[in-house]
Amino acid sequence: MPIQYYIILAAVLFCIGVVGVLIRRNAIIIFMCIELMLNSVNLLLVAFSKMHYVTAGNDNKSLPLNIGSDAQIFVFFIMVVAAAEVSVGLAIIVMMYRNVHSTDVNFLNRLKN
Amino acid sequence: MTATEILFWLLSALALFSAVMVLISKNPVHSVLWLIVVFFSISGHYILLNAQFLAIVNLIVYAGAIMVLFLFVIMLMNLNSNTEPQRNSLVKLAGVVAGCLLLTVMVSAVRSAGEISKSQAVMNEGDIGLIQNIGKVLFTDYVVPFEISSVLFLSAMVGAVVIGKKE
Repeated sequence: MPIQYYIILAAVLFCIGVVGVLIRRNAIIIFMCIELMLNSVNLLLVAFSKMHYVTAGNDNKSLPLNIGSDAQIFVFFIMVVAAAEVSVGLAIIVMMYRNVHSTDVNFLNRLKN
Repeated sequence: MTATEILFWLLSALALFSAVMVLISKNPVHSVLWLIVVFFSISGHYILLNAQFLAIVNLIVYAGAIMVLFLFVIMLMNLNSNTEPQRNSLVKLAGVVAGCLLLTVMVSAVRSAGEISKSQAVMNEGDIGLIQNIGKVLFTDYVVPFEISSVLFLSAMVGAVVIGKKE
């Protein structure tokens, strides 16, 4: 499969996430759109790892066979960081709901009170 | 058109449709369910690219743990489509136009890039995504970041508890 298809698919998913962050006011939906953007980047990294695998393999047969594994390790670490981020972010949203009884981000436009 | 290509287009269409449905659903619970569909289709893409470890981790961590956490928080707050705050339509239109412009810039940059025009992502073969190879690389070259991520998890846990506890 040509790599452009994957790049364009990931770009469309990323832009859908950006539009979601811009047009929604619910903090949880905005957070979910950020997860969508992270996942589009993950998909692109995996596609690039398979592309790099075949280009490096064609050039030099003596290279080790796990030539593209680094990208997949990066995806693994992105998932690790996303899990930690979600736990802290949802705790912040719950605390915000406890204070203002809403998840509307427009209530956060002032830091005081 | 081979079976792999048919699966690629089906999964891509499913991912894009579900991602749009995440945005236009009024009820936050429906948004979470559509986002789970997106994660399933992205896991299908990983399987097509023969990255089985990431496909399973994506399902377990994202579709399993993180989305259940989102659903739990939404149901704890009793959010539904009646309480959903709406931006006015001018801001929505501006957001959609800005996203489409960003997409135009990205797509035209990809289309004009000559070096990648002949590059192929190899499907259904190659064993770099198997657990054996990923594990070897993770525990030899990337063992220090792996250990640091455990500290990250510990601090995230402490942070979530400190933020979430009552005064």
